[in-house]
Amino acid sequence: MTDGRVAAVVVQVGLAVVCAPLLVGLLRVVRARLEGRSGPSVVQPWRDMRKLWTKERITPEHTSWIFTLTPLVLVSSTLVIAAIVPLATTASPLDHVGDLFVVVSVLLLGTVFLALAGLDPGTAFGGMGASREMTVAALAEPTLLLAVFAISGRADSSNLGAIVDATLHAPASVLSVQSLLALVALSIAALAECARLPVDNPSTHLELTMIHEAMVLEYAGPDLALVELTAAMRLLLFAALLVNLFVPWGIATTTEPAAILVGAVVLITKLAVVGVGLAGFEVFTAKIRLFRVPELLAVSFVVAFLAVTAAAFLG
Amino acid sequence: VTLAGTALGLASAAALVGCVAGFVLPRRSRVVVATLATALVGTGATAAGLGVLLTGDHVTARWPEILPLAGVTIDLDPLGAWFVLAAGAVIVPVAVYAYGYCDHALTGRAVQGLLPVFAATLVLVPAAGSMSTFLVLWELMAMSSLVLVAAEHGDRPAVRQATVWYGVMTQLGFVAILIAFGLAAAGTGHETFAAIRHDAPTLSAARASTIFVLALAGFGSKAGLVPLHVWLPRAHPEAPSHVSALMSGAMVSLGAYGVVRVAIDLLGGGPRWWGVLVLALGVASALFGILHALVASDLKVLLAYSTTENMGLVFVGIGAAVLLAAVHEPALAGVALAAALLWVLNHAVFKALLFLAAGSIARSTGTRDLDRLGGLMKRLPVTATMFTVGALAIAGLPPLNGFVSEWALFQTLVRAGGRPPDVLGLTMPMAVGAVALTAGLAAATFVKAIGTGMLAMPRSPEAERAVESPVPMLAGMSVLASACLVLGLVPGLLASGLGRAVRAAGGRGEPLGSGVAELRLAGARGVISPVLLAVALLVGLVLVLGVARALGGSRARRRAENWGCGRVLQTARMEYTAISFAEPLQRVFSDVLHPQHDIDVTHAAESRWYVEAVQYRASIADGIDERAYQPAVGALRWWGERARALQNGSVHRYLAYGFGALLVVLVVAR
Repeated sequence: MTDGRVAAVVVQVGLAVVCAPLLVGLLRVVRARLEGRSGPSVVQPWRDMRKLWTKERITPEHTSWIFTLTPLVLVSSTLVIAAIVPLATTASPLDHVGDLFVVVSVLLLGTVFLALAGLDPGTAFGGMGASREMTVAALAEPTLLLAVFAISGRADSSNLGAIVDATLHAPASVLSVQSLLALVALSIAALAECARLPVDNPSTHLELTMIHEAMVLEYAGPDLALVELTAAMRLLLFAALLVNLFVPWGIATTTEPAAILVGAVVLITKLAVVGVGLAGFEVFTAKIRLFRVPELLAVSFVVAFLAVTAAAFLG
Repeated sequence: VTLAGTALGLASAAALVGCVAGFVLPRRSRVVVATLATALVGTGATAAGLGVLLTGDHVTARWPEILPLAGVTIDLDPLGAWFVLAAGAVIVPVAVYAYGYCDHALTGRAVQGLLPVFAATLVLVPAAGSMSTFLVLWELMAMSSLVLVAAEHGDRPAVRQATVWYGVMTQLGFVAILIAFGLAAAGTGHETFAAIRHDAPTLSAARASTIFVLALAGFGSKAGLVPLHVWLPRAHPEAPSHVSALMSGAMVSLGAYGVVRVAIDLLGGGPRWWGVLVLALGVASALFGILHALVASDLKVLLAYSTTENMGLVFVGIGAAVLLAAVHEPALAGVALAAALLWVLNHAVFKALLFLAAGSIARSTGTRDLDRLGGLMKRLPVTATMFTVGALAIAGLPPLNGFVSEWALFQTLVRAGGRPPDVLGLTMPMAVGAVALTAGLAAATFVKAIGTGMLAMPRSPEAERAVESPVPMLAGMSVLASACLVLGLVPGLLASGLGRAVRAAGGRGEPLGSGVAELRLAGARGVISPVLLAVALLVGLVLVLGVARALGGSRARRRAENWGCGRVLQTARMEYTAISFAEPLQRVFSDVLHPQHDIDVTHAAESRWYVEAVQYRASIADGIDERAYQPAVGALRWWGERARALQNGSVHRYLAYGFGALLVVLVVAR
């Protein structure tokens, strides 16, 4: 591994870690402004995390090693994804480690551990959150993989770097029918996977509605900080992945330091735009009932299926 | 005689010795010798399988004098060797486990004497080189496993019922296979596989298709494919756990072997609809199996339905291989078959592990009901951890072995979906969607199994008092858990052997790239490196720990009561149960599962406004069982009742029957 490649990994991972809470902060600020509130500062999620870091680590009784290990597995799996997916450069050194399927599976690894950690303390809330989370994850999985299927047609490969590279060389492929359908399907699945509106409301602790927050109720202190960081990084990674799969321009194709730097700056700009857009969307969206979520995911599945068949029949 | 041939011979000899010892020796030494013999069978099988896979040499032998008319023909090619290896990899740990598991109830002569025989038939069926040898071994396998399933018939009435179902289904399957083989032998005039393979192109298309459909029905019932799966969720849970592990890990795979051998190897593939049919059966079984596993709260029933699911996924791979060969994509067909074979091996390892762990849990708690378990991670730390490893592997999570085969199957289907004929463009996306949904539901199912069975607080006094199982059982499980990890990290080790197995079935080229660190598929351009992925995950883990330490997050943890939200104390009754965990998905799929609810409200005598008791019952029946099999059983029973009228005890009447029958025979045979 050359120095450039090491630098690329460090930049990508660093970017994901540093910017993820800021993206969440940006979402909150924009939402607050649109709702006529002044809202907290953009760096508030980082401040929260610093505060959590100084708190005591409290582990509930009855829990096993799974509860203790989960925050570490969560962060580590998300960091691996940050290193694999093309964030600032398509020449990610870990590109050969995994393709889009691997990214989906590693995400599922985190989801499964979090659900197990929700069940581990033996509280009703944790079990409820875990049950709902696995329901959503199980139904989002087919959409994710079918959308991957549709997009991988562009480069004849499921490796992310190759797909983004191919898109850079043939910009028209972004506007094809299958590509746009896949974008819609992926966006819905991404909202579900990131526990955003209309599937889950990250700013509520109402037992009737919460999914993600119910699972992490028993975490405290630094453990909670790690779980929160992972949730923010998931959002950033999905947003970055969507952006780079459909609007890849500006991303570096080499591991030259200057190009990576440009790529990083361009990505941050794109993410800011996506963040403002997502916040605007959330202001006008209500959370749907839990038992309507499968219908939403079924729609995304059908759209993804159409994308794939369009890819097969329209060429 | 090659090394592999010697190993196979030694395995057979060990089985004979073990069988005799099991029936002859006194109770205590019986268990030692029988499990030792079984372990030797497994060791011999592993050696023979590896020998053939690594060298590509066949093991052939022929003894015309053993069976009258046909003789015994052994011809172990790399395709069979793959299944022999899968069986051997399961048999050795199961034998070690059985040494600790077989307590008083399971030390009977038949149970001990037939265990090595069953193990040996699992190894020898894929080594059979002629139809007669195959059928004899197949039947011996069915019979020995039938006796083993019935081992605990004195303890639970459900065992007897399970045995009858298993016996009937396996014999019906045998009849289908027998007719298929008979048609093939009559059509070609030969009965050795080599000769039939050579003359198969002379078979008429209609006869070939009939052979294929009958073989698919017979072998599909052994593999537990929908709608022939009904024996599986009955027999696997009721058998002793080491037998369940052998049945679910190794025997069920032989159904897949039979279809590959007949459809792809002997008949050399067929028209497109063969592939589509196998694919459709596979998809239906995968979805049906995982949905029933999801809502099952009996741990072993859950695992049994999951076997139907996994075999369904194997058949998706086989169906894709047949279809791809039919549309002239031989390279991709080879990759699809490789994915299916890889899945067979991985399934053998993790399903055996899960059944062994379930047996260990059932033995120390006395229950298989997930809603009476819980808290086992503290009480049975090794067993529960082993179960967790197996469950994460079967859920297809990296870096364990289930992930590798899932990736290979997805890559193949996606690749095939981009190819020209419309039949691929339509079937492959559907298959990908179904397989992905299956994968998602499998994750939910096994989160349920771990989360309610192993974690949190014990839900019953039995679970509270559970103690860890003896060392041989833990050792057997550890071997399989390590195999899950090794096969997940370096699947490239088996690439050359897998390539030989696929080529033995008529495939071409090298389906899997042979790099140890990387896994790549011929024709599909995806590359992954499971071992680097695992290293990356581990580095990430260490990095996070290191940063946490450096930033001062190293203070000791404090154990405290759960966050209470105002309640006074935490009891196990507050936990989410297996049923409640699966409820949202059960509701989503209620059109398929048809859950039945009954609520009985008893009002107090004084006033109907006061409720005295509420009784709630919910059940989910197997729809196919309920709608297809129960009416058939009912009709048979009705005919049986009617037929009793024939038998009224009068000797005169019986003589008249005999006379009438004789007349009919004379008229017909004239």
